[in-house]
Amino acid sequence: MNNSDLAQILIRAVQEADSSERLVDAVQELAAAGIEESVPTLIAALGYNNPGAAVAAVDGLITIGEAAVSPLLELIDDYNYGARAWALRALAGIGDIRALDTLLEAAKTDFSLSVRRAATRGLGTLRWHQVPPEKVESVQTEVLEALLLISQDPEWVVRYAAVTSLETLAIAIAVTLPDQASQITNQLQQMLDTDTDLGVRTRVKFAQEKIQQQQHQEVFAPKRKLQETEVEVPHRGGGRR
Amino acid sequence: MNSSPQKFEDLSATGYVDGGSLTVEQAIANLESADLGLRFYAAWWLGRFRISEPAAVTGLIKALKDEADRTPEGGYPLRRNAARALGKLGDRQAVSPLIACLDCSDFYVREAAAQSLEMLGDAVCIPPLSKLLAAGLHGEQLVSQQPDLSQPYEAILEALGTLRATEVIPLVKPFLEHPIELVQYAAARAMYQLTQQPAYGERLVKALAGERLQLRRAVLADLGAIGYLPAADAIAQTLAENSLKLISLKGLLEHQVNHTTPSTLSEGAMKVINLMDSLL
Repeated sequence: MNNSDLAQILIRAVQEADSSERLVDAVQELAAAGIEESVPTLIAALGYNNPGAAVAAVDGLITIGEAAVSPLLELIDDYNYGARAWALRALAGIGDIRALDTLLEAAKTDFSLSVRRAATRGLGTLRWHQVPPEKVESVQTEVLEALLLISQDPEWVVRYAAVTSLETLAIAIAVTLPDQASQITNQLQQMLDTDTDLGVRTRVKFAQEKIQQQQHQEVFAPKRKLQETEVEVPHRGGGRR
Repeated sequence: MNSSPQKFEDLSATGYVDGGSLTVEQAIANLESADLGLRFYAAWWLGRFRISEPAAVTGLIKALKDEADRTPEGGYPLRRNAARALGKLGDRQAVSPLIACLDCSDFYVREAAAQSLEMLGDAVCIPPLSKLLAAGLHGEQLVSQQPDLSQPYEAILEALGTLRATEVIPLVKPFLEHPIELVQYAAARAMYQLTQQPAYGERLVKALAGERLQLRRAVLADLGAIGYLPAADAIAQTLAENSLKLISLKGLLEHQVNHTTPSTLSEGAMKVINLMDSLL
């Protein structure tokens, strides 16, 4: 049996599931197979109002990865915010940069806090290596500005998600964009001092610890680089001879 | 289930208010409007936006004795909303009037009063709440006619647990056997708060594997309320909306932070944070 036959069997099992439990099982099996053809069925499973099935479908879509990104962006259901939140979770898990505009818009403007939360998390898991080098700086600055805004969201869970993303961004840009990185540390300190939610303040503390650990490592990094260069130069020279 | 809690959460979150926006003065004045619908709405609105001005508190306390707004079954809609609102405003003047509501003929007024007394946290309400709980007991056993739905046992048990009413443990314990699962969970939650024995926390963890989504949702709220750390993984894995799991885990996290030295994050807190991050 090839992948396509298997996919058809597993897809049929999802379509024919006649109880909530069977649906979860069928979606789990389909997701575990990780076959590209199953993407539309997995996306549809995000909208069944069945959290078990949705969790399994998100996992499956993340495993399939890049091939799921375009269909997810196209099929995001604008009328079902429950499904939209799951789709954004899948995009966040994949981290593909093609989702950037969708994530930015959802994180800033969606009326559903679950959608804003998932999209905000996604802004912190982007794969920066996919961005052309000459654009990285401007895109990272754009994401930073969005996150600074989102970190003032009225919902604690969205601010919490913003803190996780500010943490990863601060670490990603610590060396390349030090001014922007210090904007993040300032914002985190301000949140620690003024945020009304204990859960958010606790997450800020955790982020600060992570960023400090990173800075600590950076102190030793340049030395190591220098040593590597010293070793490499004679080697290259030797090759030219 | 026609409406998920997520839906409520999302609507209330954005400050979506049906019927237009009020000013504080209007809302307080509307508590005595000739239009009963406006009174009902104003009571909800004052609670929703936490308007704790003395005039709002006084107006809501007065509304606890309203006779104008009645349902065909004899219920008191305005009293229910006023009782709910007073819990959110944190003014202890409301304690005695809410205790008086525990004798109201309307079940939902009694339920709202018990919930609000829990929020206000004044131990003076423990004896009247215990008295209401004892209505379901013959000595230290549940009354024979079951399921007994005559009192809001769930709300009463939760309040007694939160109020640390250790003197009423013998009255709480029999409700672990109540035929209604939600009442059992409320009893387990209260027993954990009153005794700190893990067995009661574990009973709730076990319920997270139950069949019905609605019950799993209720248990998530219970575990968050008691901050039972050993439940963390089970909370993250149960089949329910991530929003509810996150709220539950936040309860665990805050419990950790409140019970450890403030300078460093405990191992338990970090574990919960990592689980929460994975659910965003």
